[in-house]
Amino acid sequence: MVRVFMYFPGLEVPHLCTQCHDYPCVQSCPFKALGVDEKTGAVEVYRDKCTACGICINACPGQVPHLHPNRKHILICDLCGGDPACAKICTKVGYNCLTTVNRGQDITYDTYAIRPRDVAKNLAINFFGEMGKEVI
Amino acid sequence: MVYGYAGKILEVNLSKDRISETPLDEKVLRQYVGGRGLAAKILWDRLGKRWRSINPLGPKNLLLALTGPVTGYLVGTRICVSGKSPTSNGIVGSTVSGEFAMELKCAGYDGIVVNGRAEKPVYILVTDGKAEIRDAKKLWGLSGRETIKALNNEIIDEFERKERRYGEWKEPAMLYIGPAGEKMVRTAAVMQKVSHAAGYGGYGAVMGSKKLKAIVAKATGPLPEVASPEELRPLMEKFYEASVAYDSLRRWGTGASGYRVGAMTSSEPQRNWQEEYHNERSFSVVNFETKTWVKRYWSDYGCAMSCMKLATVKQGPYAGAITDNPDYELQAYCGTNLGIYDPEGNIYVSSIVDDMGLSGIDSANTMGFAAELFQRGVLTREDFGFEPKWGDGIAMGRLAELIARRRRVGKVLAEGTYRAAVALGNMKEIDLLQYVVQVKGVGTGAHGPRSGLGFMTLIGYPCSTHGGDHTSAATPMPGGETVSAVGDSLVFCTASLGWRYNPATLWPFFKAVTGWELNDETWINEIGRRILHIQRAALLLGGPDVVWDPAKDDENPPRFYEPLPSGPKKGSAVDRAKFVEMRSKYYSDMSWDERGIPKSEDLKRLGLRNVDQVLEKFVR
Repeated sequence: MVRVFMYFPGLEVPHLCTQCHDYPCVQSCPFKALGVDEKTGAVEVYRDKCTACGICINACPGQVPHLHPNRKHILICDLCGGDPACAKICTKVGYNCLTTVNRGQDITYDTYAIRPRDVAKNLAINFFGEMGKEVI
Repeated sequence: MVYGYAGKILEVNLSKDRISETPLDEKVLRQYVGGRGLAAKILWDRLGKRWRSINPLGPKNLLLALTGPVTGYLVGTRICVSGKSPTSNGIVGSTVSGEFAMELKCAGYDGIVVNGRAEKPVYILVTDGKAEIRDAKKLWGLSGRETIKALNNEIIDEFERKERRYGEWKEPAMLYIGPAGEKMVRTAAVMQKVSHAAGYGGYGAVMGSKKLKAIVAKATGPLPEVASPEELRPLMEKFYEASVAYDSLRRWGTGASGYRVGAMTSSEPQRNWQEEYHNERSFSVVNFETKTWVKRYWSDYGCAMSCMKLATVKQGPYAGAITDNPDYELQAYCGTNLGIYDPEGNIYVSSIVDDMGLSGIDSANTMGFAAELFQRGVLTREDFGFEPKWGDGIAMGRLAELIARRRRVGKVLAEGTYRAAVALGNMKEIDLLQYVVQVKGVGTGAHGPRSGLGFMTLIGYPCSTHGGDHTSAATPMPGGETVSAVGDSLVFCTASLGWRYNPATLWPFFKAVTGWELNDETWINEIGRRILHIQRAALLLGGPDVVWDPAKDDENPPRFYEPLPSGPKKGSAVDRAKFVEMRSKYYSDMSWDERGIPKSEDLKRLGLRNVDQVLEKFVR
């Protein structure tokens, strides 16, 4: 599931699971409530086992997982079983920001798991130059 | 069960430090729908009888921010800000885009009504099903960008501390005011993000008068349930497709018009409307695009149109400017109308106007007026402390700040174009109203009627219940201004629908959300008419400082009767006889009498007997 952060107007940061090769969230779970979908590589949440302890959030380098606001379990993108709805609508409305791609072998996707505030700070400087340091 | 609505509004009394909720009555919602319509109803019920004596900048005025039933579902998420307007003394429904409407609705409120005045600066924080009034001492005096930064950091850090296990907290959404609102500049805007403004109406000053720096909302709940999700989903997709298909707005936003409206239709203000034609190719959108846009697609929640572009200037005298495209209105009012024809200068002035929390149309209209007074020697360097020469972006930026901070002649200019012209005219013993381009205290939009080639008709501004507001212009088309009240009351962005809604898709959408049947006929003859009658009554009552007289004030600005000095329609001006004829026809179409006062029988037909009584007592 994708969430879009915007610490400064115009600097939207889509924040979503990158399916790290070593799955630190899955490894961190003391209740074995997280697994990996063999077909898609997506993280699976076994809601019956999840206690909403939040340990996986801190295990994730990008703090991507978040708790459901009123149900007691964690939310992590399951790639909609391989056909993600977010990518479909993003393509349909022509932004093509989120698209479904084949996973490349030589890319370290886990480095894309970054906290959105850090991404926003980089973007601010990229977009606005020196003054970008001051806006966030 | 009422679908599409949260079903209640949040009431905040700042004098009594009290927060409560008011449930919304289904009957009232069916009669007024939401946003601008509901604002008119609430304002009339609570202030109607003593409208003329209510000081818009006093504690008895109300500040309203209301969503509508389709807000959050229909592309383009907006909120309607209203109250007794410090510019028109009537009711203006001023909508502003951004995520605040979503957060508020997801928190369980269709809107917020703020009453009273706080002793010290405060802000309101709305979260799931509750709200609190908080100290804003540290925020008072901050510019727009500084306010966003400070509030974002304060709220996110606090939420992260409180709910350590939740994960990353998304930033809150906020309505806020800049220094201009704090100083009660009558044309101050209620701002959202960096460049989004509820500009018309001057509600930034109302917030300032209440010592309310911001309203912040962060919710985690869902939007209210809709009547028929099965019907709604395919309709939402249809609207997405239509937005995407509107290629010019998607590619260039309204900014493509900054050159076109001047060069092709000769209806863009130049140097305080002394001309409406320019052929400055430096000001064409390709120059904005290649020199300043750092992000091409920028939209608010749920919008597939993306008419905003992120623009910035990184070097040279205008370095530090950040704004959107700018859109057409600000290209005109913070550009050509100040004699500025370079994108960087225009972006610089827009950026300062935004950061100060001024209305880029209404305050910049005053800036154009002031610059013309400088051109004519009525105001001099001593009045400003510098020389506001046409085309000088740095000087115009200083002028904006002068107004926002009420310094030097800015003290008078902060009262808005009309009031400043009266005050300065009395001081200098000259008729300065000949140079003002406003209607009923509201600077006109950047669309001139003189050439006859633009979209504004001769009655557009004079007969609007919003004064010079181009987004709510009166038109000779069926329904007149009621058609503008649709977008402001259901509360969605008309731009995302290509400016004019299509009744064949809008009303089924409305039904899928609310479950209620509605059509153009009912809107034009009943709901829309009801809203406009109340707004017209409030406008005619006006007060306490100015009361408008329809015979004198349902009128185009004097400048529109001066022939255009240049362009394809050189010599063309508003034909007064034709205007008077159109005005009479419009009054009659709206069931207003020959003096423009809503007719007794139509008020009674629509259940507005109390409006009739007040008009009888004070106006007829």
